[in-house]
Amino acid sequence: MAKPTDATNRREFLGASLRGACLLGVGGLTGLTVARGKADDLVWQLDPQKCIQCDNCATHCVLEESAVKCVNSYEMCGYCDLCTGYFEPEPNALDTGAENQLCPTGAIIRTFVEDPYFSYDIDEPLCVGCGKCVKGCAQFGNGSLYLQVRHDRCLNCNECSIARACPTQAFRRVPASKAYLLKGREAQGA
Amino acid sequence: MRRWLNVVRVAWAPLLLTSVAWAMERFPPPDFETAYRLPKTQVPLPRTLLQEYLDVALLALALSLAAYLVYKRRSRRELTLLSVFSVAYFGFWRKGCVCAIGSLQNVSLALADRAYHVPLTVVAFFALPLVFALFFGRTFCAAVCPHGALQDLVLVRPVKVPAWLERALSLLAHVYLGAAVLFAATGSAFVICRYDPFVGFFRLSGSYGMLATGAGLLLLAAFVGRPYCRFLCPYGVLLRMLSWISKWRVVIYKYRCTLCGICPEACPYGAVLEPTPPAGAAGSRQPRLALLGAQVVALMAVFGWVGSRVAVPLSASHPTVSLAERVYLEDAGKVKGTTDASANFRNSGQSSKELLDQAGVIAHQFASGGWLWGAWIGLALGGMLFAQSLPRERAEYEAERGACVACARCFEPCPGSRKAAADTETERPGPAAL
Repeated sequence: MAKPTDATNRREFLGASLRGACLLGVGGLTGLTVARGKADDLVWQLDPQKCIQCDNCATHCVLEESAVKCVNSYEMCGYCDLCTGYFEPEPNALDTGAENQLCPTGAIIRTFVEDPYFSYDIDEPLCVGCGKCVKGCAQFGNGSLYLQVRHDRCLNCNECSIARACPTQAFRRVPASKAYLLKGREAQGA
Repeated sequence: MRRWLNVVRVAWAPLLLTSVAWAMERFPPPDFETAYRLPKTQVPLPRTLLQEYLDVALLALALSLAAYLVYKRRSRRELTLLSVFSVAYFGFWRKGCVCAIGSLQNVSLALADRAYHVPLTVVAFFALPLVFALFFGRTFCAAVCPHGALQDLVLVRPVKVPAWLERALSLLAHVYLGAAVLFAATGSAFVICRYDPFVGFFRLSGSYGMLATGAGLLLLAAFVGRPYCRFLCPYGVLLRMLSWISKWRVVIYKYRCTLCGICPEACPYGAVLEPTPPAGAAGSRQPRLALLGAQVVALMAVFGWVGSRVAVPLSASHPTVSLAERVYLEDAGKVKGTTDASANFRNSGQSSKELLDQAGVIAHQFASGGWLWGAWIGLALGGMLFAQSLPRERAEYEAERGACVACARCFEPCPGSRKAAADTETERPGPAAL
């Protein structure tokens, strides 16, 4: 009784309804996620408040040279002559000698400003994000040196390798429009 | 002076109380007498949203182009060019992140965790290939996915994988998909990204294990076509299922099938189904659908139970659970010393009990998620057995909709694609005569 055309039609009808159902399903799933989504993109950033300078930032980034680098919050900086972020504990002399520096790559540039103040700038291409200076500055100084993901370098992996290795879960996704968790006055975006 | 005013100004902004804490300097910042001005902290910006939208537009364009090249142009050469573009742009230029494969984790996490706001571009990366699969089959795999395109480009001498092995291995992808959703939804890990074999190449850096796995898989891909896509890709499972009901499918011949048997040889992915003996041949038996259905349910129950048992230890992948385990062991005196994480936890002033409770909740999520994971694997296995038991008649060579990645390799060798050859081949019985 069933002509071949009927069978074909039935199969086509079944296919079409299944397709429609799946389209609805995908659409519903998308709609649900869109409703909970944001137009803004998400990027990784580390919260300097939670950072314990464990050195994982330097070694766990998928980039050979980590995307995390040190930044100096100048308005918090004491411009100290004896900078505990710059110098080894009990340095031989307060000069730029390599043996006196805490930074393993010599990435901090110490410049005389006026007596008795020195400015400390980060030479970003040299910084490896180990956080040794951050630790020194936080221990005895103002805590103006801190680590941040530099977004000119960050690949924004879907799962950040450093976030995975971070012992204090200091890494989190932040909106790309506010891509930095800065310290000091700059924290307000001023 | 200006600084102190500033501190006063922020002090009554309750959200910014922390910046007051920061402002308590041991060494008050100097008031410079020279012309020195405080530099601003440089904040290089991430990729703009516009670029993200461009990526989505290019994805849609590449998907449409792939469908056009497969269905209208039927051109392997042009599809290869598109593959090269996809590897170059979606792979090396965008460094492989975020991709459609990985995006399913973001979507899972967004569905499970209300606090996570998935970016709309990621949702687009997830949904677009699925919608295309509903109409055109796996054109995303064909030449748009950088992983698929890369493996396709390195294929030099395809070796046939026996059908039983192919089916068994493709179950791995189902297990992987379930695991990826489970880990992502519980907020533990993005396993697809963590164990991605090729993204290390796209970034031109990666851990030794990642690069070695990728290199091994690429070497394998030179002989076994697309091993990742066929046996591992979790997103491919979704595309495969949607392709089964796609509106259009890859038809190997253009004019008619001459039953020459060339296409199964031309397909490196074992996706061409051979014609079946005519109906009513000896040995064909009506399958017992109820029994098969019961078998699926039984498999789901058994695997679900196994899954719930297996999943709980896996919850250690969640940072809170692993920290709780460590703290518990330290408290019990079973391990000496502290890790960075446990030392930080003890400084935080949170009690061990609170942490263990949190870990317990997550472990519980894993237990119930494990049921679903296992049931899903049981369903995949049972469904496969079910489909195997159903007799399907085929008069001609057909591309298996789910397995066919629309690579267009079978079109050119097919004599039925050339009008003259299809017309003159009259001495052989056509499909209608069978």
